[in-house]
Amino acid sequence: MIPAPFEYLAPTTVEDALAALAEHGEDAKILGGGQSLLPVLRMRLNAPEMVIDLGKIESIRGIRDDGDAIVIGAMTTHAAVGSDPLVAEHAALVSRAVDHLADAQIRHRGTFGGALAHADPAGDLGAPALALGAQFVIAGPGGTRTVAADDFFIDLFETAIGEDEILTEVRIPKHTGWGAHYEKFVRVAHQWPIVAVAAAVRVEGGVIAEARVGLTNMGNTPLRARSVEEALVGVQATEDAVREAAGKAADGTNPPSDLNGQASYRKHLATVLTRRAVVTAAGG
Amino acid sequence: MTTTQDRPAVAKEIGQERRRKEDQRLITGRTRWTDNIVLPGMLHMAMVRSPFAHAKITSIDKSAAEASPNVVSVLTGADLGESQGVLINAWAITTDQVTPTHLPCPIDKVSFAGEIVAVVVARTQAEARDAAELVDVEYEELPAALDLKKSANDEVLAHPDLGTNKSAFWKFDSLEAGTGSSIDEAIEKARTDGVVIEREYRQQRLIPAFMEPRSTVVDPTGEQITMWSATQVPHILRFALAATTGVSESKIRVIAPDVGGGFGGKLQTTPEEWLTFAIANRLGKPVKFTETRSESLMVAHHGRDQWQKLTLAADKEGNVLGLKVDLLADLGAYVSLVGGGVPVLGAFMFNAIYKFPAYQFNCQTVLTNKTWTDAYRGAGRPEATFGIERMMSELAAELDMDPLELREKNWIKHEEFPFTTVAGLEYDTGNYEAATALAREMFGYDDLRAEQKRRRDAGDKVQLGIGISTFTEMCGLAPSRVLGQLNYGAGGWEHASVRMLATGKVEVVTGASAHGQGHETAFSQIVADRLGVAFDDVEVLHGDTQIAHKGLDTYGSRSLVVGGEALVKAADKVVEKAKPVAAHLLEASVDDIEFEGGRFTVRGTDQGLAIGEIAAAMFSAHDYPEGMEPSLDSEATFDPVNFNYPHGTHLCAMEVDTETGAVKMRKYVCVDDIGTVINPLIVSGQIHGGLVQGIAQALWEEAVYDDAGTLVSGSFVDYLLPTAADTMNYEIDHTSTPSITNTLGTKGVGEAGTIASTPAVVNAVVDAVRHLGVNDIQMPCTPERVWKAVNGVGAGGEASTEGAAAAHFDPATGMEGTTDRTTGGTQA
Repeated sequence: MIPAPFEYLAPTTVEDALAALAEHGEDAKILGGGQSLLPVLRMRLNAPEMVIDLGKIESIRGIRDDGDAIVIGAMTTHAAVGSDPLVAEHAALVSRAVDHLADAQIRHRGTFGGALAHADPAGDLGAPALALGAQFVIAGPGGTRTVAADDFFIDLFETAIGEDEILTEVRIPKHTGWGAHYEKFVRVAHQWPIVAVAAAVRVEGGVIAEARVGLTNMGNTPLRARSVEEALVGVQATEDAVREAAGKAADGTNPPSDLNGQASYRKHLATVLTRRAVVTAAGG
Repeated sequence: MTTTQDRPAVAKEIGQERRRKEDQRLITGRTRWTDNIVLPGMLHMAMVRSPFAHAKITSIDKSAAEASPNVVSVLTGADLGESQGVLINAWAITTDQVTPTHLPCPIDKVSFAGEIVAVVVARTQAEARDAAELVDVEYEELPAALDLKKSANDEVLAHPDLGTNKSAFWKFDSLEAGTGSSIDEAIEKARTDGVVIEREYRQQRLIPAFMEPRSTVVDPTGEQITMWSATQVPHILRFALAATTGVSESKIRVIAPDVGGGFGGKLQTTPEEWLTFAIANRLGKPVKFTETRSESLMVAHHGRDQWQKLTLAADKEGNVLGLKVDLLADLGAYVSLVGGGVPVLGAFMFNAIYKFPAYQFNCQTVLTNKTWTDAYRGAGRPEATFGIERMMSELAAELDMDPLELREKNWIKHEEFPFTTVAGLEYDTGNYEAATALAREMFGYDDLRAEQKRRRDAGDKVQLGIGISTFTEMCGLAPSRVLGQLNYGAGGWEHASVRMLATGKVEVVTGASAHGQGHETAFSQIVADRLGVAFDDVEVLHGDTQIAHKGLDTYGSRSLVVGGEALVKAADKVVEKAKPVAAHLLEASVDDIEFEGGRFTVRGTDQGLAIGEIAAAMFSAHDYPEGMEPSLDSEATFDPVNFNYPHGTHLCAMEVDTETGAVKMRKYVCVDDIGTVINPLIVSGQIHGGLVQGIAQALWEEAVYDDAGTLVSGSFVDYLLPTAADTMNYEIDHTSTPSITNTLGTKGVGEAGTIASTPAVVNAVVDAVRHLGVNDIQMPCTPERVWKAVNGVGAGGEASTEGAAAAHFDPATGMEGTTDRTTGGTQA
């Protein structure tokens, strides 16, 4: 279907984009890779008067090593993230999540920052970002600020990004040497996860020394399963040993009910998938 | 092989794995899809559709839309009046069928969500869509008849003026028909000293989801009004337009250009076609309408949607005694072109390949306030095959017999053909033993059974199940006299003509209307062999009523078995016409002329002429026999005396993760007997695609409405269509007992995979967890349903999924973040 008419700007700098945003205010929408926004426009679920395309801003595209963190520009495509050796080495959990994100076409058009800013709780990037303690660099009229992952996701499709601000990059603390796995549960390959679990663990001598666990589609935002993380410390990296800790995965969650399953079923899935994610992460 | 006597001795093309000659343009999209057609001065339409399932239209304010840029006209049902015509039902299954009047654009009441209430015509498609949002319609909502069972009890009426939701009751009883004994006595006997299996199965509603959305262009500026439409049925469409609009049939030309799939979904005459026709005529300008994918999912007709109550009686040794079928079939809001007849096609198939002494089929069709249903790949036969193949596996489980052995005990043996069934059909040929033996070997049946036992004994988290479907179907619609007995509104013949061009090329015209099947390739192969010309020298023309003036189009696996046979007969007439010409030119007696490999020769000499040379001679017409017309061109109309009956054995192994309910296909083997194969590559494609569609019913697809009658699965986010990533390498092979109802020996293949695969998959899933106390899982077998069945929660019943869409594109919940910048989440 054809979107309602809109004006279009493609600034080449973050400053110009912010200026355009300031000028058009709530009549404007920001276009990243367009993999969520364009369907929304085409289905006429939204009709912004101005679309500001970040695709021509080179400064927010690409991946770099910044000491204790890997920095991913907001406009870096999923495919670029997935094939990047720095990400694979220092933030393997992100690589694993991107491997199975949507389909190949979407991975080549969709952007890392766009997906996180869209904040679909069933999106594949929120849980890994949360689990690894990512930091979100947000540019606004007054300069840039950095928001911790725990404070970034506010509600369904709602983040800490203000209406006059733009997400420019995501800093992911290095988790070099950690095992990682993203356990995604779908009925058909191209759908959003019914539930997914992102797990990263540091194993020392067969025992889990540290664990990070994030949950996809278990509430209005991606969630971090801290009680699981705590319970895993000091546990043998075996299926039976992990089972009890993983059983806490659904604690405090509020998953949706839809055609793919009721909330109670998702809670059950979360415990099984958490166990599998942690065991695989520990073994790999 | 009983049918080879009429065939030419040299058959070079039939049986060849020819790549499809039409694929280059179809796959690249550089072809004539209807939406690619652009005419001078063409206008565009957009539809205003009801958001309510059942409501009175209290007012329509068109003013804002009319004032919108480049809007030419905004028309309501009242504006159009009788000029819009009416949509017909061509198959009243009983003489007292209750059939609501079906206007393309109703005037005062809507009967399902998505029904058209106004049409906007503008100079561009975008302007039409913008203006459509400005049409202000006020409704008074009425209670909607939604649930099939409740609607069958007339609790809420879909059309209050009709006084009932019950459209028609259709019954077949073997005692009354003289084809078998009393079902009541059979069941009574089994209750006393045998077994009675009673089950109720749900055939969920499905959406055909063809690749190319429907599109129609009408040009009224010539002497004939031309309609292009993405349809399976251009000839039926022309007839129905003429019959309902008062325009002479001779003034209407319908063209189905390249059409991107149908699966029955384009076996329809649609409100959109009728409105495009009416409005183009009213405005005197070419007009186009192309639906969006959202519209397509919502209002293009749906398929299946039945409740099946089944009672199977057998003795303790597993010999079947009788089958009773009580069907409720959801028609949706209207009785569509052949919608009411689809479940009736199942009446002849529930008995399947088995020798039931007694049989009864009762079917109640029911009107509801939902999108109307009609044919979807298989049309009636998948529903029936699912019912009987599930029941046979249940009987085997009840008697603790191997389900293959139970089937063999009851099926028609190969030496018993032709066999008249308890439903009154005569199956011409078949060999269930041969297909099953080959499938069993390919599958490694015994090894997989051993693995299944090991996993059960070990209590593995992942269990293995084996599912069986030994199916047959009736296809090749069909014998016109039989259709007449069923009160079907048309015949089942097909027409073909062969034109011999001066240059030796051949044009073949068929009344079948391909929409992705590969007719152009397969028909070229048949004609190349029959006339002894090169494959590349044959051009197949179809889908335009001005070129193919006669035809009954493509559905019901009929094109090859009916249309292909018409083609054979036309080609044979060409040869017969050419013989006296050859004799004349070779100065020999007609009796001495032989035809082989494209050459006419004089017996006992080396004198001869190629068929192309004779065609050239007839073009110049300088020297030809007295009393003969100077033409080799020929035509033929073929009406088969019987359906034909492909069959096959499908074996499926499924792994079921008992911890999550996830199901994974491990192996799928099928051996189909479709008689003579013209092109094995096309057949493989039909089987693979058919399997995926049937598997998708078992595992993924379901059209779901909420309590307000809104289609919840209204996008591919919620209607789970599989992609190649969800399939596996299906192992297919064939046995062959050629049909004797056509000279080529072919049987239909277009629907076989879909008909057979669904019960094979569900039988496998149930088999994997039967030892855990499960005997049914409702389709689609979602992980949640499987998990609940395994854990004794709800037994996989219908209550186990919420009637709610995922939030991604749901305006009610999901889009706040994108519509309201103050809540953030703005970067998408």
